[in-house]
Amino acid sequence: MNGLLHQIASGIASGAIYASVALALVMIYQATHHVNFAQGEMATLSTFVALTLIHAGVPFWGAFVLTILLSFALGVVVERILMRPMMNAPVLSSVGVFIGLLLVINALDGWIFGFTIKSFPSPFHAAHPLLGGYVSPHEIGETGLTVVVLTLVWLFFRYTTLGLAMRAAAYNPVSARLCGVRVNRMLGLGWGLAAAIGAAAGIMVAPVVFLDPNMMSGILLYAFAGALLGGIDSPLGAVIGGFVVGVLENLFGAYVVGTELKLTVALMIIVAVLLARPAGLFGRAVQSRV
Amino acid sequence: MPPLLEARGLTAGYGETNVLHGIDFAVEEGGVTALLGANGAGKTTTLRALCGMIRRGGEIAFAGQRIERAATEDIVRRGVGHVPDGRGTFMELTVEENLRLGAYTRRDRAGVAADIARLFDYFPRLRERLRQQAGTLSGGEQQMLAIARALLVRPRLLLLDEPSFGLAPLIVRDIFHILRRINTEERMSILVVEQNASLALDLADHAYLLETGRIVVSGTAAAIRQDEAVRRSYLGY
Repeated sequence: MNGLLHQIASGIASGAIYASVALALVMIYQATHHVNFAQGEMATLSTFVALTLIHAGVPFWGAFVLTILLSFALGVVVERILMRPMMNAPVLSSVGVFIGLLLVINALDGWIFGFTIKSFPSPFHAAHPLLGGYVSPHEIGETGLTVVVLTLVWLFFRYTTLGLAMRAAAYNPVSARLCGVRVNRMLGLGWGLAAAIGAAAGIMVAPVVFLDPNMMSGILLYAFAGALLGGIDSPLGAVIGGFVVGVLENLFGAYVVGTELKLTVALMIIVAVLLARPAGLFGRAVQSRV
Repeated sequence: MPPLLEARGLTAGYGETNVLHGIDFAVEEGGVTALLGANGAGKTTTLRALCGMIRRGGEIAFAGQRIERAATEDIVRRGVGHVPDGRGTFMELTVEENLRLGAYTRRDRAGVAADIARLFDYFPRLRERLRQQAGTLSGGEQQMLAIARALLVRPRLLLLDEPSFGLAPLIVRDIFHILRRINTEERMSILVVEQNASLALDLADHAYLLETGRIVVSGTAAAIRQDEAVRRSYLGY
């Protein structure tokens, strides 16, 4: 019983990471109908930047905020330089760019920061075991921070005019332009936000999985499974899907397939969703009457 | 006084294909101009060209400024409200969010609130459906929403793309009645594209007839109504 609770708790903790990355994927997908395969590598690069800042003597939270801002800028720049010219290109061209970006960033990480696995400091400490010792202080802090980030993103999209304009630009760019919305700028903002969310996830997961250029490759797979499970066009679904995948992954790893085959759980979920309910749990066909 | 909108030698098309082959027309301040023509004549293309939504050439002057190179967003911000082909509803958003998007470029909150209240006078149905997902509105309600959204930009010129399309005759009559009120009560200048020539000529003071990308007849609405060719081909008597 104790073991089960422990597995569920740490599943929720990793689920928070998957939920963030899944949300980043869905945000780009909604706006462009493409899956950004480089989302994970961009987050890894951000995490390396954060570690460099910390090693240079910047306090953890200072490095955190600075990295988020830099990642936002990186997202905007990638959209402006790489994606904007691809706007009217066929899907496969965009996929090619995403994969190219993945490889380039992955290689750059190794070239600049090295391929050796690095430990990453956690900002969350506790003198005594918390919640009966089922979860580590880092897991609690990391989950809490992720929930705060996700809530802020939700509030932004739900209640601000800029958030509304970004949704409008994603749903119907032609109409958005006719309302005076600068759609290209909204796309850039979306990329920036997605990169910032990914960076937060990368920094939060690095103390657990350790940092190397391939840190996010498995996580991206889980996040993708979460996004598909929730519905690739539903931000809320992606977040819930991310948490569900985190818990399932841990339970299956502990009790069913063993830790070596954990990653197959993600692939199984992807195949199962595509076979049984391609729209995902929360993705739905838009009602419309003509 | 120069017209509010004037196009000279306007060409436009999609990809390699040209649809408009150099047309001239104008919309007077406070007036209603109709563009008539059959399917495929280039009516929708003309409106899209005015708003910079497709490739275009020639000259377009709006309120004394040239806009043929401006981006859609900037043309809208200069005062062109466009009710597009297919109504352009944000299906996934609520009616209220659709209206807020119409007022996106404005910073005068009080003015926007007053405008929305005034628009509810014209379209009381929208008030009832405020929290509803816009995709669930009927065709007529979506047309009303599209007109309201375009008016919230506070345009000087309203472009309407087939406001009667796919709607029941009674609803069409309602909508054209409201458009007439908007023209007289708000002194809104209107450029309307219609297949239903009779309806459009009732509303308009000037009209142009488009055939395969060229203007073949133009004049006052009354004169066009008397035109033999227009009467036989488009009014059907």
